Amino acid sequence: MNVANLFKIAVRALSNNKLRGFLTMLGIIIGVASVITMLAIGQGSKKSIQREISEMGSNMIMIQPGGEMRGGVRQSAEDMETLKLEDYEDIVEETRYVAAVSPSVNSSGQAIYSSNNAPTTVYGISPDYMEIRQYKIEDGDMFTEQDILTAAKVCVVGKTVVDNLFPNGENPVGKVIRFEKLPFRIVGVLESKGYNSMGMDQDDLILAPYTTVQKKILAITHLQGINCSALEEKYTDQAIEEISEILRRNHKLNTTDEDDFTIRSQQELSSMLTSTTDMMTVLLAAVAGISLLVGGIGIMNIMYVSVTERTREIGLRMSIGAKGIDILAQFLIESILISVTGGLIGVIFGVGAALVVNYVAHFPIYIQPWSVLLSFLVCTATGIFFGWYPAKKAAQLDPIEAIRYE
Amino acid sequence: MKEIIRLDNIKRNFIVGEETVHALRGVSFTINEGEFVTIVGTSGSGKSTLLNILGCLDTPTSGEYYLDGVSVRTMGKNARATLRNRKIGFVFQNYNLLPKTTAIENVELPLMYNPAYNAAQRKEKAIQSLVAVGLGDRLLHKSNQMSGGQMQRVAIARALVNDPAVILADEATGNLDTRTSFEILVLFQKLHAEGKTIIFVTHNPEIPQYTSRNITLRDGHITADVLNPHILSAAEALAKLPVNED
Repeated sequence: MNVANLFKIAVRALSNNKLRGFLTMLGIIIGVASVITMLAIGQGSKKSIQREISEMGSNMIMIQPGGEMRGGVRQSAEDMETLKLEDYEDIVEETRYVAAVSPSVNSSGQAIYSSNNAPTTVYGISPDYMEIRQYKIEDGDMFTEQDILTAAKVCVVGKTVVDNLFPNGENPVGKVIRFEKLPFRIVGVLESKGYNSMGMDQDDLILAPYTTVQKKILAITHLQGINCSALEEKYTDQAIEEISEILRRNHKLNTTDEDDFTIRSQQELSSMLTSTTDMMTVLLAAVAGISLLVGGIGIMNIMYVSVTERTREIGLRMSIGAKGIDILAQFLIESILISVTGGLIGVIFGVGAALVVNYVAHFPIYIQPWSVLLSFLVCTATGIFFGWYPAKKAAQLDPIEAIRYE
Repeated sequence: MKEIIRLDNIKRNFIVGEETVHALRGVSFTINEGEFVTIVGTSGSGKSTLLNILGCLDTPTSGEYYLDGVSVRTMGKNARATLRNRKIGFVFQNYNLLPKTTAIENVELPLMYNPAYNAAQRKEKAIQSLVAVGLGDRLLHKSNQMSGGQMQRVAIARALVNDPAVILADEATGNLDTRTSFEILVLFQKLHAEGKTIIFVTHNPEIPQYTSRNITLRDGHITADVLNPHILSAAEALAKLPVNED
């Protein structure tokens, strides 16, 4: 018995019952369409969060002094003075997986230019910081290593600071602003980054040489933190390990001692945020999957009724020479045709619905090719799985009884 | 004369609960090519069981059955299905056509299960068969658009399409009015004249007059097996029927 003939037989049988076939398909159509739409929405929001994080620098690693016990009292991180300049220098020199390193000291205060003033934060950093945080200079230049050596009173400002201090649209480059009591000459303006996913304004800052902030504003010798970036996001763990080794050695910690610093990576933050959307995606997909299951049961139901209803037809086919396997194949092909056709229509509807959601509600969507492929395969599997039992039933009928069935 | 069917002491027992029912208690006969045989019997005589065995739908409990020289008794289900497909044409009382399906598609159905035929050959054979039963002008009519007589003609065309060794008709006129019954009998006589081997199972005692041989079955035994020297013409009987007033 060739498959092409069985295929023809199944198509003829289905076309005799178009409405019923369509109604059966409806369950699969809705199931597949909802799986695809839900995954598109879930994956879309995940992608958009990932994009925001990578704008912040997805391979960023932040080192801060850690809570240490002193005389049984755990100290707050800000009070610790464990991170030193030599830690920074060693990280620069000894690591292999770290691409850029910048010390970090910061101070909040009021920035003033003529009659305008605004509260903001000055970050003492090295030019590497630009690479780590993915900031770009829009106008003017970044300060140089020379400025760091001389603790020059120069700075680069963010868009929000410019808007607050220069409301009339003057060019801020070359102007001298004051932060607390210290005058800073603006050498450059940062390209705007907007708000991050936690609602923080990433443009409300002043960047200055860390030596200047250390000596002339804070009057300290230690560092409040060190920011680094791993060579690539996937090397984050190796980079953290290297840094940790250097710091433990520099701080003369025994193997049993706790770290006196904390290393956090953007990767952790990103996985934390994406795990939320992942959970949402899984929940949505589960709901959609259930509707696919219900659709499959619909197929089984209809196929089962159809076998009973067509008992005489089955008896006839057997008496004129159809083997059990031919009957099994015919009914299996019928149910696969229903589910695959339903699946195809469902894919079209699902993609369509996702696009409509994107267009009307401005939800970010991302249609993953594998989700389309997967739901399609699930459909075929559903057809086989739920078609098998009724088909088997049909194949086992006794032709003598089936042909005389009323 | 070529032997198409040979039954050797066929017995068929059914076990119903704790009792054994002897449907056939030793039936033997041979049928040669070109015979038109009626098997007559009342209900309970075992004629349905005999038909199932002749049609390779069932196998005897004991005894041998040779169809066109092939022993059927030891064959498995699938082998018998293939044998039915190649050697037997069935005509049923209630036609058993596929619903909402054209005459051609109904007739070519047996060939769908025979890989030796391609689509074009199937269609050609189906048209030939339909022309042979006088339905050359209704090839694309669907089964629900036809009268009982036409449906039975389609069923006969379907039985002819695989060039079977034997045509098995099970009460083929049972659902038809007298006039249409005679029309179908005329068709069977025509096929007989063309050399086809036909076995017609019925409880209607009038039908043996139009066939070449009559086997009477009673309680699982053959009680009579006679040749009919004076075969009546169904066409003449049809002509004598009073014409319906309406």
